Amino acid sequence: MSDPILTLEGITLSFGGLRALNEVSFDMPEGGITTVIGPNGAGKTSLFNTISGFYRPQAGRVLFRGKDISRLHPPKRAKLGLARTFQNIALFRGMTVIDNIKLGAHSHLQTGLLSALVYFGRARREELELREKIESKIIDFLEIDHIRNLPVASLSYGLQKRVELARALAIGPEILLLDEPVAGMNREEKEDMARFILDLNQEWQMTILMVEHDMEMVMDISDKVVVLNFGEVIAQGKAAEVKENPEVLKAYLGSGDVADMRRRLGAENASGAG
Amino acid sequence: MRIADAVSSYSDDEAIFRTRTQRVWMGILLACLLAFPFVVSPYLLFLGCLIGIAVISATGLNILVGLTGQISLGQGAFMGVGAYTSVWLANQFALSLAVTLPLAGLLTALVGVIVGLPSLRVKGLYLAIATMAASVILHFVFVHWESVTAGNLGLNLQHAKLFGMELDSDFKLYFVIIPLALIAVTGARNLLRTRIGRAFIAVRDRDISAEVLGVNLLRYKLLSFGLSSFYAGCAGALWAYFFKVITPESFPLEVSIFYLAAIIVGGMGTILGPILGAAFMTLVPEMLKVLTLLLEPIIANAQVHLAPMKGVVFGILIVGFLLFEPHGLAEIWRKIQRFFRLWPFKT
Repeated sequence: MSDPILTLEGITLSFGGLRALNEVSFDMPEGGITTVIGPNGAGKTSLFNTISGFYRPQAGRVLFRGKDISRLHPPKRAKLGLARTFQNIALFRGMTVIDNIKLGAHSHLQTGLLSALVYFGRARREELELREKIESKIIDFLEIDHIRNLPVASLSYGLQKRVELARALAIGPEILLLDEPVAGMNREEKEDMARFILDLNQEWQMTILMVEHDMEMVMDISDKVVVLNFGEVIAQGKAAEVKENPEVLKAYLGSGDVADMRRRLGAENASGAG
Repeated sequence: MRIADAVSSYSDDEAIFRTRTQRVWMGILLACLLAFPFVVSPYLLFLGCLIGIAVISATGLNILVGLTGQISLGQGAFMGVGAYTSVWLANQFALSLAVTLPLAGLLTALVGVIVGLPSLRVKGLYLAIATMAASVILHFVFVHWESVTAGNLGLNLQHAKLFGMELDSDFKLYFVIIPLALIAVTGARNLLRTRIGRAFIAVRDRDISAEVLGVNLLRYKLLSFGLSSFYAGCAGALWAYFFKVITPESFPLEVSIFYLAAIIVGGMGTILGPILGAAFMTLVPEMLKVLTLLLEPIIANAQVHLAPMKGVVFGILIVGFLLFEPHGLAEIWRKIQRFFRLWPFKT
């Protein structure tokens, strides 16, 4: 682990009167697994959307390898090497598995309109090279070769999650943002996914930022844990340290104070899940 | 019966026609298309040309509506732009079809991109209304820009010239229209297996995740509008060469609806759909006409009494499709194929 690959500096994001993120600052060490946890409505998904460029924070900066990317559009950030998966699966239902994965490589392809229409020269060469690369690296790694030509709509939930990961990998990411990668999975699927994430981190040297509720997995595989509550970072550090932090215990289990609980429920209702 | 297709390379797996059977059938189809004008009556030849033109336009509209998910009611007006452009160029400069057709397509593409600008902000029905407004504006231009369009009088057109030859019959035009239709369909099919086609579908299915994956929504929506209008422009130009007279009333809003209905009946988002849909929409009114003629001996004055019924029957057929096979004729065709794939061992 060395210099931070991604740094958030004082990110503040509000929707009308609701402050979703307040002065959020932390950095992600290159080559590490960083996990963001926090109760519902803490602002985890808002944070993800800010990093991938959907939300423009009112204040603060996102730095990627020391460069400010706060003003870049989402497609530009993808090209830089920021890939993400979504909390609710966001695959393209009208396409096959292989086409979904290929779409991930979109920004690395050059084919222009004319050569695409005739499918000759560059278009053909590029497509076949891409296919070969995806097959040998991604499909093989994620063990989805049996479903490559199926429409994604016909797949089980666990497989769809895996295809979504494959699609994110096709971007050729430097940072992989995973929004609840094992939510709603059974034990076996969870273990598979945890193994893929560890492999990506250790063998592919990929930096990973994830949001996850499964504490067992978070504690097992995270190098660094960041705890959000009401849009603020209340603790960060190694998994074991964070687990003992009194602020964190309070955020999760409550302080026994009724007024505090009201405040929490109010915030949850106002911002929805996430 | 076919048990499986054993492909042994990625290039085989990416091919459009994966088996020899498919390639053979394709060859037979091409041979039939080639032989068609030599054996059929002038009436059927006329219909064949009409279907060819409709296929080009429907394939273009399918790129926009079926693949990219941007609803447009401007296809008819776009065809008008293509038709007027080619007629004007041919009459003013005596240019050959080889020049006027691409120019008509390009100008229409430009108009299409401009009409498509609202798609960056609005979707669905709102976009349909915006494109409809554009088509009303274009109609206004056709009527009032008299120095170019001759207003309501319309324009006449000489026989198309191509490589020093006069295309003075449907027979000769057929051999221009059908190859162009084949090129148009092949282009659309090829597009589907490259990054551009995938980006179109991504915009249709989930624009937000497409953006995160590096697809520039602005560029691809406008590209889709441009490409779809290019097809419309070429189809419009061919239409003008085919009928040799155009007026603003040649391209009313109903034409746009005709094409929208064609791709829905045929099957949106497929390659086969617009072809089947265009043929269906062109042939059914004609068949109903023939049917009323046949009924003449049985029912007195059948033509007079049943002619108004044609529209009703046509409408019922379309509604029937939407109810019983929302994925269109292309899906019916796929089901038939699936049936025969395992026949006679499993039905």
